[in-house]
Formats: sequence, structure tokens, C-alpha cells
Amino acid sequence: MSTQTVLTDLATRGEDALVGYFPAGYPTSADSIEACVAMCEAGIDVLELGVPYSDPVMDGLVIQVATELALANGFKLSNFFETLKAITSRVSTPVLVMSYWNPILQYGVRRFAEDLKAAGATGLITPDLIPDEAGEWLKISDELNLDRVFLATPSSSTKRLEQVASVSRGFIYAVSTMGITGAREDLDAKARAVVAGVKATGTKVPVCVGIGISSSDQVNEVNSYADGAIVGSVFIKAYRDGGIEKLRNVVQELKAGN
Amino acid sequence: MTENTSLKAQNGPYFGEYGGRFVPESLIAALDELEATYEIAKTDPTFIKELDELNKNYVGRPSIITEVPKFAALAGDIRVFLKREDLNHTGSHKINNVIGQALLTKRMGKTRIIAETGAGQHGVASATAAALFGLECVVYMGEVDTERQALNVARMKLLGAEVIPVTTGSRTLKDAINEALRDWVTNVDNTHYLLGTVAGPHPFPTMVRDFHSVIGTEAREQMLVDYGFLPDVVAACVGGGSNAIGLFHAFLDDDAVKLWGFEAAGEGMNTLKHAATLSKGKVGVLHGAKSYLLQDEDGQTVESHSISAGLDYPGVGPEHSWLKDLNRAQYFGISDDEAMQALKALSQTEGIIPAIETAHALAGVIKHGSELPSGSSILLNLSGRGDKDMETVGKYFGFLGNKK
Repeated sequence: MSTQTVLTDLATRGEDALVGYFPAGYPTSADSIEACVAMCEAGIDVLELGVPYSDPVMDGLVIQVATELALANGFKLSNFFETLKAITSRVSTPVLVMSYWNPILQYGVRRFAEDLKAAGATGLITPDLIPDEAGEWLKISDELNLDRVFLATPSSSTKRLEQVASVSRGFIYAVSTMGITGAREDLDAKARAVVAGVKATGTKVPVCVGIGISSSDQVNEVNSYADGAIVGSVFIKAYRDGGIEKLRNVVQELKAGN
Repeated sequence: MTENTSLKAQNGPYFGEYGGRFVPESLIAALDELEATYEIAKTDPTFIKELDELNKNYVGRPSIITEVPKFAALAGDIRVFLKREDLNHTGSHKINNVIGQALLTKRMGKTRIIAETGAGQHGVASATAAALFGLECVVYMGEVDTERQALNVARMKLLGAEVIPVTTGSRTLKDAINEALRDWVTNVDNTHYLLGTVAGPHPFPTMVRDFHSVIGTEAREQMLVDYGFLPDVVAACVGGGSNAIGLFHAFLDDDAVKLWGFEAAGEGMNTLKHAATLSKGKVGVLHGAKSYLLQDEDGQTVESHSISAGLDYPGVGPEHSWLKDLNRAQYFGISDDEAMQALKALSQTEGIIPAIETAHALAGVIKHGSELPSGSSILLNLSGRGDKDMETVGKYFGFLGNKK
């Protein structure tokens, strides 16, 4: 099922949607496969598989440390697609790849898109690529019918929100607050405004909210006005501190608010 | 040259295929605000007057030109002229850009500046401007650099800035920029990121260049008025590339004037330990712009190496990448040792102690000056003074005991 269908169906049924991030290769490729499969089995609705990168400017310390470890342990794009395929072959959850732009650029945008599709992913989330710079990717993702998730933020103008809404497919990543990834206790009220702004463009593309979400109450709250909550750092912490079991429990706990 | 082919007239966001804005959406509003503020300010007589007065009465502009015949003799039968940016307040060219951006910060009504620094020169200049204009100032500096540039850390603290050592990644300039970008994403409402080089997303490469172009504009005029000719070559060291573009820009449309940039070859161009981005890098995206960069086949940034903290950066400003591809400028690598020998040479022949960064350009003049016809002239940007480097220099030459 497409990402958009999954999210829309959940919304229609009045159920909360949970998008979960985990970095490929953390702490090793084999471990990340098991962790991602466990997250899907435990109830996440969309998986966001991260490509570790040397200069992750949108990420807080938890994800930085995890992706640095993945790189130190030998993460390579040459085996990333095997990792991806190993996950997609075991779950029916839609899997999107989250990557900073330079690894994709070096691998080749078309080659990356084709390999990603062949490995069963539905598309890409590009945190440091704005639609203005995305010409090649827009063209190729149209050709291959891949999801492309762009960011909408509290500081985005109406014009930019319209642009983001018009080119995004799968979902739109609404940044809940001004800042980088990492759990925050008080979810910014700005999140509601961003979602409202995106919805006001009349888009049918689901809007999910990420950055700073760490509790089932927050997942619930976000789902009351958006089409899904995106969680990353909390899952990495859970895995770091308690392995697969803890990860599974935290996914279930965040999902349980339903 | 006709207007259409003027290289000087190129103003971004792209220089050929280079430049752009490869940043999270969260920063776009701030970049738009900065660009709009700068576009208005740069033709506003009030802004221009204020900047000129600060340059004259605070920075100490115009900086002088010194001819250095004894040093030139080391490079053959040529004349060498130094544009003395080392004599600026705070000791390097960095202050030119900082004053400009600090004025823009006030214009935008922001109260806090953040900056990255490698050698500490940009951090010191930023802390200085923050003190002058009453702004809060946080400087991100790689932990490795806080150790090798401890004196500059003390200067920044004395000026009232907070210095945050960056402990992630390679713990050098590249990681300081990452951390500054993270701070900016979080605090963009009241904070201006006072980027210290001609890299980063548009409008930084163009705006920072413009604030430094005073170097070349003055120098070109000084050469014509004081000596009656333009130099055959203008030369500078290149890390991110701000002092080089500041000097080059006024000469871009003087076809007869060659442009030489000298990158840090560290332990050698054939080793993995260098920072020769233009000579050895590949095109990619880092810190918001498309440009040459040092990276592996997966697009992971490779750590650079240089004895000079200010050149220890795996990226370079997009305008340099464009000038390289156009063959308008040539870029060469200079090893740690070549730079240190040139630093000593200028000190002992002319009584001028340059920064280690700058010494790369001096070494380049010694190395490549002899390739020029007899009687040729080189104008070199003496971008900074060497006081901050005395510990490294002392150790290198055994002045502090026998440690190398």
C-alpha cells in the first residue's frame, strides 16, 4: 500500500498514525534490520530509514551519536540497499528513506532512486533539499512514482507552504518547532499553526508532525490535528538502553494511546 | 570586457553550477530576510557611510601595501607586494566581513550572533564586533582548535563571548559550522549566524565576498596610484576562501592579471592528510552550497588536515570552484613544512610575522614565483598576523625547547 493510502485510511478510521525513524547500519547493518522489523511489528505505520551522514545539521545529539557509530562500524551505501531490501521483504509497512542530499548526489540521483525502488522503498525524505533545488529529483521521482517528502516549518511563508504542498507526495513533514531532532517535553504550539497553514493550501497530501515528540500523549495530541506523529530519537534511546525488547515496548507504548 | 562576460558582476545564488541553498527549510525564511536586508543596505547611503566610517576609524582602513624585496629575492627576479590585512584591528582580514554583518544584525533587529571559528580569527573578530555593538555572542570552535589556538579562546572570552568547544565529528572547523547551523535552526528568531567565510548558502558567499572586496579594490587602486601598474599575479591562501576572493574580486575582469590560490597540502598532496579541496576534491554539497569538497565515494565528508587551523576545512566557497573550472584562477597545494619555512623566511627577511594560514601564500610565491618572467610582480594578501600561532611555531622550530 502507498504511504498516502496507509495514512489516509488510518485517518478515516480515526486511528493515530505513528511514523518511526531508525538509522540504517546502527549499530551494524544486521542489527538495524532486526530493529526496524521489530518497530514495524510493534505497530509503527510508516518506517523512516535513515542514511548515516557525516554532517547531519538537522539532527540532535542522540541521532548524531548513533549515525557516527554506524559510520565508524563501516556503513556504506553499497550495502545500504541490501539492508533496505532485507527490511521491506519482511514487513508490509511502507518504508521511506531519509537522507541528506550529498550521499544521494554522489551515488547519482537516478541510480539512487532506481535502487531504492528496486529494494522496495516508497520514496525519499530530504531534510536539506528544498523544492527550489530539487529539479532533478522532482523529475525522476515523477518518472518512477516515488514519494518525496519535503519539510514545512513554522517560519515558512504561505507561498513556500503552497510550494511544499504542491510537490510533496506520501506526506508533508511539518516541523513542530524551530530546532533540530530530539525529544522535548513541551511540544510547541507552533506545530498546530504549521499544520493549519499546510492544510489551508487545500492539499490532500497527509501532514505528519516531527521533532520533539517523545510520549504517547504527544502522539495522541499531534494526531488530533495532523495525520501522523514522527518519532526518532526516543526509539534510538530505547534501543541503545534496552535493545530490541525496550524498542518494541516503547513503540507499543507510543502506539497504545489509541 | 562587455557587461555580459563580466566575472565581477556575478552575484549568486549560483556561480555556474555552484552555490545555491542546500539547507533545511527551517532556515529559508532567515536567509530570505538576510538577503532582502542586505540588498537594501548595500545601496543605502546611511549604511555605506556607517560601514566606511567604521572601516576607517575602527578597523584602520585602508590597509597599506608593503613591498618586500628581500623576501622577493627568494622567489627569483620578481617584485612582491603585500596587502597588509594583518594590520587591521584584531589582526586579520576577518574584521571586514564581521563589521558588515554586525551592522546587518542590528538592522534586522536581532540581538545575538553566533559564529564558527577555526584559527580563532573570525571568532575574535565576531566577539569584537559583538562587544562594540552590544550583541550577545556565542562562538563554536572545534575542540581540537580550542587547544591549538588557546590564545584566541582567551581573547574571545575577554571580549565577553561564550566559546563552546565542539566535540562531535572531527572536532574542527567543519563540525563547528554544523553546530552553529544547529544553533541557528533553533534560535533563528533572535539570532544571526555571522558566517566567517565565502561558503554556506546564498547570500553568504556573495555578501561575505562583497564585504571583503574592499581588500582588492583598495589594493588595485594603490598599485595604480603608488606604483603605476597592475601586478602580473595576485595571490592568497585559500581555506574557505574569503581573503582570496576579497583580493581577487577587483581583478576578475583584468584578464592580464593571473589569480593564484594556495591551499593547504598538509603532509603532502599525495597523502590523505591535506586540505586541498579544489585540487583534490570532487563536486558535492556541504554546509548549504554546491562546491568542490573532500569526500569519499559515498559523499561522506573526509576529514581535512593542516597545521593551520584556518585552512583545515574540507570545503571551499562556490565562487572559487567556478573560477577554477573557468581556468580564471589557478589553485596549488602548499605543505605544512613549505608554509612554516615561508613563515620563518618573511619574519627574518622583512620583520613581518605572518599567520600560518597566510604563510601558505608566501610559500606559494617562493615556489611558483620563479616560473614568472623576470621583472614580474606579485601582489599577495597578507591576510593575518602570526601572534596567535607562536605556540605552534615555537614547537615547530624548537624555540620552546626541543619539541617539534
